[in-house]
Amino acid sequence: MTDKSHDPNQMTGAAMIVRALIDHGVQHVFGYPGGAVLPIYDEIFQQSEVEHILVRHEQGAGHAAEGYARSTGKPGVVLVTSGPGATNMVTPLTDALMDSIPLVCITGQVPTHLIGNDAFQECDTVGITRPATKHNWLVRDVNDLARVLHEAFYVATTGRPGPVLVDVPKDVQFATGTYHPPRKSDVHISYTPRLKGDATQIRKAVALLANAKRPVIYSGGGVINSGPEASQLLRQLVEATGFPITSTLMGLGAYPASGPNWLGMLGMHGTYEANMTMHDCDVMLCVGARFDDRITGRVDAFSPGSKKIHIDIDPSSINKNIRVDVPIIGDAGNVIGDLLQVFKAEARKPDIKAWWQQIAQWRARNSLSYRKNNDIILPQYAIQRLFELTRGKDTYITTEVGQHQMWAAQFFGFEEPHRWMTSGGLGTMGYGLPAAVGVQVAHPDSLVIDIAGDASVQMTIQEMSTAVQFELPIKIFILNNQYMGMVRQWQQLLHGNRLSHSYSEALPDFVKLAEAYGCVGLRATKPSDLDGAIKEMISIKRPVLFDCRVAALENCFPMIPSGKAHNEMLLPEEATDEATAKAFAGGKALV
Amino acid sequence: MNQPASAYFLEERHDPNETHTLSVLVQNEPGVLARVIGLFSGRGYNIESLTVSETESQKHLSRITIVTTGTPMVIQQIKHQLDRMIPVYRVVDMTLTGSSIERELAMVKVRGGGDHRVEALRLADAFRARVIDATTESFVFEITGNSSKISQFIDLMRPLGLVEVSRTGVAAITRGPEGM
Ligand SMILES: Cc1cc2nc3c(=O)[nH]c(=O)nc-3n(C[C@H](O)[C@H](O)[C@H](O)COP(=O)(O)OP(=O)(O)OC[C@H]3O[C@@H](n4cnc5c(N)ncnc54)[C@H](O)[C@@H]3O)c2cc1C
Ligand SMILES: Cc1ncc(C[n+]2csc(CCOP(=O)(O)OP(=O)(O)O)c2C)c(N)n1
Ligand SMILES: [Mg+2]
Repeated sequence: MTDKSHDPNQMTGAAMIVRALIDHGVQHVFGYPGGAVLPIYDEIFQQSEVEHILVRHEQGAGHAAEGYARSTGKPGVVLVTSGPGATNMVTPLTDALMDSIPLVCITGQVPTHLIGNDAFQECDTVGITRPATKHNWLVRDVNDLARVLHEAFYVATTGRPGPVLVDVPKDVQFATGTYHPPRKSDVHISYTPRLKGDATQIRKAVALLANAKRPVIYSGGGVINSGPEASQLLRQLVEATGFPITSTLMGLGAYPASGPNWLGMLGMHGTYEANMTMHDCDVMLCVGARFDDRITGRVDAFSPGSKKIHIDIDPSSINKNIRVDVPIIGDAGNVIGDLLQVFKAEARKPDIKAWWQQIAQWRARNSLSYRKNNDIILPQYAIQRLFELTRGKDTYITTEVGQHQMWAAQFFGFEEPHRWMTSGGLGTMGYGLPAAVGVQVAHPDSLVIDIAGDASVQMTIQEMSTAVQFELPIKIFILNNQYMGMVRQWQQLLHGNRLSHSYSEALPDFVKLAEAYGCVGLRATKPSDLDGAIKEMISIKRPVLFDCRVAALENCFPMIPSGKAHNEMLLPEEATDEATAKAFAGGKALV
Repeated sequence: MNQPASAYFLEERHDPNETHTLSVLVQNEPGVLARVIGLFSGRGYNIESLTVSETESQKHLSRITIVTTGTPMVIQQIKHQLDRMIPVYRVVDMTLTGSSIERELAMVKVRGGGDHRVEALRLADAFRARVIDATTESFVFEITGNSSKISQFIDLMRPLGLVEVSRTGVAAITRGPEGM
C-alpha cells in the first residue's frame, strides 16, 4: 500500500477546480457565491494565483467573461452557484453560443444523493443549459473531475469556439480524489475539428478568384475567432488580389476601416456600396461568416449571379442558408494562408478597374450621410466625435443592442481585430456594460467604452458597482434618445407608428445614478458641449456614466426593407415618410 | 408576397422532402440520447424512427439509427449538426450508401376465433411471422423486415382482430465487408 496522504495530486474536488484553472493559465474568474459553491470559494480565498471578480448578478459574470474572451482570445471563466445562479447564466451562455465565444462555466450543484429530489436551489442545470452550450457535463465522481475540466477547456477553445459548462455537486467538491495535470488523453477523441483546408478545393477557389471580374470578400467573426494572424493574412490577401472587402457586424476590425479596399459593413444596416457589391458580384469569397438572415435578405435574391466560395471551420455553417459552389472546411487563418500562397504562385491580380469604377459610383451615394444639426446632438454625430477624439488611443468598444449599436458599427472605424465586442447573434440588451467590465479586467490600462442605449443599459446597470469595487475605469457612453429606439423605428415603419411601450418612461437621472454608485456622471445636451465632455470622460481615470442626450426620433439608415433584396436598400436621403411607407408596403416584414 | 409584419423573412422553401436513414456512432455517456433528441426537437427536424442500443460495451459505444425526412439541404444540416456534437464519433447516411439493409422487428397481438384465426395464421405464414404466444383466442406474432412490410402486415391484421403492436424502430447496416 502506498501512502497517499503525501501525494500532491490527492486533493478535494474544490481544490482540483482551482488547480485546473491555474494549469490552464486562467488569471481571472468572474463569479458570484452561494451554498453549492462555498467549498470552491474557500479554495479561492486561500490562494492568490487566480483573481476572482465579484459581479452583482450572474448574467453580468457571463457577459464580463465574454468581453474578456473576445478581447484576449483566451477563454472566459465563470463560477456560479446552483439553481438561480445557474439559471441566471442561461442568457450569456446562449449569447456566447450564438457568437462563438469560448467560455468555461462552473456551476455548483446540490449533493449527488439529492439530485432529482427538488432539493433547495436544485435545478436541472445540464438539462437547462444543454441547448445553450457547445457541451456540458455533470460530474458525479471526484476522480472524473480533472479529466472533465481539461476536456472542458479543450472543447471551449477548439474548432468553432463556444461556451461549455461543468456542473459539480457539492459532495464532489468535498470529496478527495486524484488530480492530474492536462494531458492529451483528456481530449474527447470524437471531437477533432479539421483545421487545414483541402488542397483541391483551395485550387478551385484560386481559379475562380483569378478569373473574377466583379469579386468581393465577405469576412466575418470566424476571422476574429481564428486569431490575430488570420486578420494579417486576410489583409495580405486583399493586398495581393486588390479585391473589395466587406464584413459582418462580428468581423469588424479584421480589415482596417481606413484601408482603401474597405466597403463598410454589409447587411440590413450595412452600406449601400457593400450590399450592392455583394448583390452584383460574380465571385464571392466568404471567410468565417455564416450567411445570417441579417446579411442575406431574401435568400432567393441574394447575390444571384455569383459563384460562392465559403471558408468555415464548422461544416454545419456551409449550405445552411445559401448554397455555395466551393466549400472549404478549415481554420480561417490556415486556409487563407494556403490560398494566398497558391494565388501568389499561380495567379495574377485580375484587372477589375471597371468594377472599382462601379463601386465608386455606389460609394458616391454616401449612404451613411445624415443632415447636420447645430441645436440637437444627432446620435451619428456623437459616435463620430467619440471616434475622432479617441483616435490613436488604445481603445476597446463594447455595445448594448439597438440603434446605437448599429450607429457604432457604421461610424466607429475599427483598425484592429479584438477591439469590438457586441452581441450579434442573440442581440442581448445588457451585454455591453458587463462586457466592458470584462475587457477592462483584461486590459487595465486601456480605454474601454460601452456605447449604450438608455433602455439597454438599465438591464445590467448594477455592474457599475463591480467597476467601482475593482477600480475598473469603464466609460458608459449612453446615446440617450429616451426611447427603445430600434423598437420605435420598427413600430414606425411596420406598425403604423403606434409606439406601443417603446418610450423610456421614468428614466433615472444617469448623472445622479453615477454618483450613487460612487462613479462619475457627465451629461451633454448640445453639440457644442459634446467634445469637451467626451474629452473630460476620457481623462477621468474612474468609471463614468455619460448621459449623451441625442435626438429622440432619429432612425437608423440605410436599411434593407423586408422581403427585399440587397439592391433595394432604403437610403437616408430617400427615407421620406412617403418613400418609407412605400418601401415597407406589401411585403411588410423586416428581413 | 403578402406576409404579416415580422422581423424575419417569412418565405417558405418548397424543395421536395426525402427520407433518409442515418447511423450515428456515439459515446455512451449520460445524456447523449437527450442531446440527440434535443437537437431534433430544438431545430424542428423530423424523427420518423429512432433506435438506440449499446453495441460495443468495452468501448462504451452506442449506435443510434434515425429515420428522418427533410429537404436535401435540411438532411445535410442534420448530418452536420449531429457530427459536431462532442460525443458523436461518426454519422453515416445509410440511404446514400445505396447498399444498406434495414430491418425492424414488431410484435403484433391479434384476438379472434374461427375464420379470422385461420386467416391470421395463413397470412403470418406468408409474411414469415412467427407465433411467439398463443391462447385459445389470441396470437402474438413476431415479424421482422423492412418497415413497409411490417406496416403492410399490421394493416392486414386490422380486420382480423388486431389488439396492439409493439415495434422496435429501424436498425440498419451496410452490405459487404466494411464497417461504418
Ligand atoms: C439589432 C441588430 C442588427 C443587426 N444588423 C446586422 C447588419 O446589418 N449586418 C451584419 O453583418 N450583422 C448584423 N447583426 C448581427 C447578426 O445578427 C449576426 O450576428 C452576424 O451577422 C453574424 O456574423 P458572422 O456571419 O460573421 O458570424 P459569426 O456569428 O461571427 O460566426 C462565425 C462563423 O465563422 C465560423 N468560424 C468560427 N471560428 C472559425 C475559424 N477559426 N476559422 C474559420 N471559421 C470559423 C463559425 O463556424 C461561423 O460560421 C445585427 C444584430 C443585431 C442585434
Ligand atoms: C434582452 C432583450 N430584450 C428585448 C430586446 C428587443 N430590443 C431590441 S433593441 C431594443 C431597444 C433598445 O433600446 P435602447 O437600449 O435605448 O437603444 P436604442 O435603440 O434606443 O439606441 C429592444 C427592446 C433585446 N434585444 N434584448
Ligand atoms: Mg434608446
